[in-house]
Amino acid sequence: MINLVWLIPLFPLLGFLINGLGRNTLSKTVVGFVGCLTVLASFAVSIGIFLELNSSETKSFIIPIFDWISAGSVKIPFSFLVDPLSALMLLIVTGIGFLIHVYSTGYMHHDAGFGKFFSYLNLFIFFMLLLVLGSNYVVMFIGWEGVGLCSYLLIGFWFSNSAYASAAKKAFVMNRIGDLGFLIAVFLIFTTFNSVEFASVFPQAANMASGDSTLILITALLFVGAIGKSAQIPLFTWLPDAMAGPTPVSALIHAATMVTAGIYMIARSNILFTLAPETLGVVSIIGLATLFLAAAIAVSQTDIKKVLAYSTVSQLGYMFLGLGVGAYTGAFFHVITHAFFKALLFLGAGSVIHAMSNEQDMRNMGGLKKKLPVTFLTMMIGTIAIAGLPPFSGFFSKDEILAHVYEHNKVFWVIAVIGAMFTAFYMFRMMFLTFNGGFRGTTDQEHHLHESPASMTIPLIVLAVLSALGGLIGIPAVLGGGHWLESFLAPVFAVSATKTGAMTLDHTTEYILMAISVAAALIAMLYAYSRYVKQAHVPADDRTDRGMLARLSYNKFYVDEVYNSLITRPLDALSGFFYKTVDKAGIDGIVNGFGKGAVEASKGFRLLQTGMVGFYIFMMVAGILALLFYSMYKI
Amino acid sequence: MEILLLQIFIPLIAALIILVSGKTIVRGLAGAFSLVSLLITVYLYLNFTPDATTQFLVDLAWIPQFGIHFKAGVDGISMVLLLLTNLLIPIIVLSSFKQDVKDQNAFYALIFFMQSGLLIVFTALDAFLFYIGWEVALIPVYFICALWGGENRIKVNLKFFVYTIAGSLLMLLAIIYLHLQTPGNSYDIAEFYKLELDSVTQGWIFWAFFIAFAIKMPVFPFHTWQPDTYTEAPTTGTMLLAGIMLKMGIYGVIRWLIPVAPLGFQAWGETALILSVIGVVYASIIAFTQNDIKRLIAYSSIAHVGLISAGIFAWNVQGLQGAMIQMLNHGINVVGMFFIADIIIRRLNTRDLSLMGGIAKPAPMLAIAFLIVLLGTVALPLTNGFVGEFLLLMGVYNFNIWYAAIAGLTIILGAVYMLRMYQKVMLGQVNTSTSAFLDLDGTEKSVLLIISVLIIFIGVYPQPILNISEAAVINLLDQVNQKILVK
Repeated sequence: MINLVWLIPLFPLLGFLINGLGRNTLSKTVVGFVGCLTVLASFAVSIGIFLELNSSETKSFIIPIFDWISAGSVKIPFSFLVDPLSALMLLIVTGIGFLIHVYSTGYMHHDAGFGKFFSYLNLFIFFMLLLVLGSNYVVMFIGWEGVGLCSYLLIGFWFSNSAYASAAKKAFVMNRIGDLGFLIAVFLIFTTFNSVEFASVFPQAANMASGDSTLILITALLFVGAIGKSAQIPLFTWLPDAMAGPTPVSALIHAATMVTAGIYMIARSNILFTLAPETLGVVSIIGLATLFLAAAIAVSQTDIKKVLAYSTVSQLGYMFLGLGVGAYTGAFFHVITHAFFKALLFLGAGSVIHAMSNEQDMRNMGGLKKKLPVTFLTMMIGTIAIAGLPPFSGFFSKDEILAHVYEHNKVFWVIAVIGAMFTAFYMFRMMFLTFNGGFRGTTDQEHHLHESPASMTIPLIVLAVLSALGGLIGIPAVLGGGHWLESFLAPVFAVSATKTGAMTLDHTTEYILMAISVAAALIAMLYAYSRYVKQAHVPADDRTDRGMLARLSYNKFYVDEVYNSLITRPLDALSGFFYKTVDKAGIDGIVNGFGKGAVEASKGFRLLQTGMVGFYIFMMVAGILALLFYSMYKI
Repeated sequence: MEILLLQIFIPLIAALIILVSGKTIVRGLAGAFSLVSLLITVYLYLNFTPDATTQFLVDLAWIPQFGIHFKAGVDGISMVLLLLTNLLIPIIVLSSFKQDVKDQNAFYALIFFMQSGLLIVFTALDAFLFYIGWEVALIPVYFICALWGGENRIKVNLKFFVYTIAGSLLMLLAIIYLHLQTPGNSYDIAEFYKLELDSVTQGWIFWAFFIAFAIKMPVFPFHTWQPDTYTEAPTTGTMLLAGIMLKMGIYGVIRWLIPVAPLGFQAWGETALILSVIGVVYASIIAFTQNDIKRLIAYSSIAHVGLISAGIFAWNVQGLQGAMIQMLNHGINVVGMFFIADIIIRRLNTRDLSLMGGIAKPAPMLAIAFLIVLLGTVALPLTNGFVGEFLLLMGVYNFNIWYAAIAGLTIILGAVYMLRMYQKVMLGQVNTSTSAFLDLDGTEKSVLLIISVLIIFIGVYPQPILNISEAAVINLLDQVNQKILVK
């Protein structure tokens, strides 16, 4: 079965080709079937591979496909790696991918670009699978940039809206800033290890000293790549804008899968990072700063998707914080649970938007729980899960990260727990504003309110079950579990584990930490309840004067504006300066000066000639050719 | 008859036949002849052994009293350029069928005339022959631009012509000087390679050749003729210039400049590399705010060619192999880009980006083709551009990490200006002039289909092309490195 791994990306690629070529001729039913079934087929193969790997003694398989690029000593095979990390990621990508494809058949049903949408979605799955499966950094990079392309295409799906098209461009460009870091890291990896294959790089790296400057540089550059792809400070502003894309895209690409690629890549390269503690320090600080900043923005957003977008940025921050303190399993655990509950929340938000005739402003919602009971219940499960309340999945993964953070740095822990309070607050705020109280929209919208069709609610229900129970794969020893995930992933992190040692917290401390974070989340929830349900508070409209902090949060700390005036506009000015002053007046001026001088000097000689330059040239060439033919004829 | 002579002279014969043929059959003849050249190249390719030797050698005493030989041959490096030339000419000819060209006989005759010159340049093993080919290629394109160009063509063209002639003259001086230094007063490249001139002299040789080649590519700061010329030239002329002709300069650096003046290269190569890298960033930044679609592509071409040049001056296998494959890729992509620009300009009668917008809606086929060409240009993995840029940047990286980091900015900057252009042209709302935009017709579809297939095929499976030149490149590297190390 493992040898058939190439089928996994092949199915969605075929889906892309069929739907892409037949987007105008195939019926929506056929398009939907092709789109969903190809991903389902990949999911089936992924399950088979997972089961085989689980029972196999060997935990790492390399499957070569063909030789891709070679030049001198550089040899880059196109080959795949199946190990516990990629096997789990395959399940997430194809499993959640399948659910979101099914959901999209309902959500996008009325869209004229139905076929195009499904072909892009399949293409995305294809590239994401390459990213996950690549057995070396360059194949990973194919997927890495390929998902960026699909993200661009899908954010700008409704391209007639210029703002959406700009958001798409912004996402691509910001990702590319990271990609340059990734690419230079690849070069450095090659010159250091004479290979880009994971199987060759990691064993060599394991023999290097901790704190080796080359490793620090490599990991720092890889992290730059991760910052771009996973929307961390300072490259996070593209992700909220990416909400311009259709909501299933936000769920699949901008929550569950693509944006976690940075975490996947670092987890994959864990040995390099373990031996570069300085880089890990930076990773944890960036993660911490991002989780806090994004959470502080999310608390005052009024667009339901923007809340979830900043929440995603914030949760990704938690994952990086986890990586930074060496909690590789915990971070990846959070990747999995987050994929469940954030996909659920986005799809739920999509269901709300669908019912609200494309309204996204929560100030115009309210009281939807009676009309959308399934959406409400499933989203509530997702909210409890992300808030970190037991026994839902987010509790286990977040607490595993927090425990490691506590052991590592108490201040970081405090900030992370405050972040978790914010999380609980903005999530319940979103739920209450949307589903409680009275309806605040127009009568037209009210008239049109309806629960979504089964194609949309069934994925919600499946994801709700996963969000509720997903934590079971990683119940820690302190709660009487065996932490299946940890033992399954152990081979991937084995070498790193020998360098760092296990967590030393005693059970009492762990219980206390859990109690504190649960209490913090409950307090935040109750506060949100009293403010938005009891007092029925509704966020003020845009023109209202806000206090300083509220204004900063509401306006996203003006990060976009700062980038605009510090980077975009100076670059445009530089462009104009280079063009008009340096190129036209400067260099070309000098050249023209030469030209004018030559023209003046030649005025005298010109009298000797007829001035028909073209004629002379033709004669010259004709002469050369005659000479050529003559001499050849002679021979 | 030698197959290589056939390859070189069939276009010339084609030019003469087309010059006197009836108007109705000109296009058919042009298409047919361009395919014949391509077929011969395919034949050469199939019979080519990818080792370091020169094959299909032709050596005729041409003007023996001056030591001038018609000596030409094909090694791996030349083979790639033959492929480039003879693959692009049919595409360019096919694309020109969309143009409303007056006096077609002269037009197509000039194209084939030029093709002959190019093929001489890419195979010549005699410096005099190389120079002849160089001028023979230049003159037709001068006429194409002067006779079929835009409003400012005369002024712009004069600058182009003076620029290139000035470069050519420097090169001619260098060639004559080298000729006089050889023991038997020869123009044979092998004799040039054997010369043991002191490093100061080689420095002069280096600059004489470098300026000629740098103007042709063009490399910063010898580039100011290029945006004007690309903008004013008829699209076919621009395609010939950007797709094929500028590769004469790149090829010249690989075949003549560095091997003939290795010590000059040792002294000045890094300077040339730095100029190339500056050009990458400089031209990219200028491209940011261009509102003329052709001028924007012209500046982007300067940036891309700068990277190729940087990869060569880094002088290692990755850089050179990257340059080889990227010459082909750049040819394909830039021809695609200018063809798309031409489709848009012909439909809208303007080159101004601010008057465009929303075209993706009425013209979805064009939107897809444009996107594929764009992705090749911004070097997305699995397109041809990535293979080239990856190897080039790796080559520069092996020379110096900082130069690679700066040149690597092209990855970001390229995305900025290309996506900006795409957005301005294709996305957003349609306006009154773009709302009725006609999608691709049959010919346009075929041209862009061929280009798209090439972009993706080379991106997925580049090895056949890399294999052609690898042995020859390694051989050349060894040859030069030995001379540098001996000193």
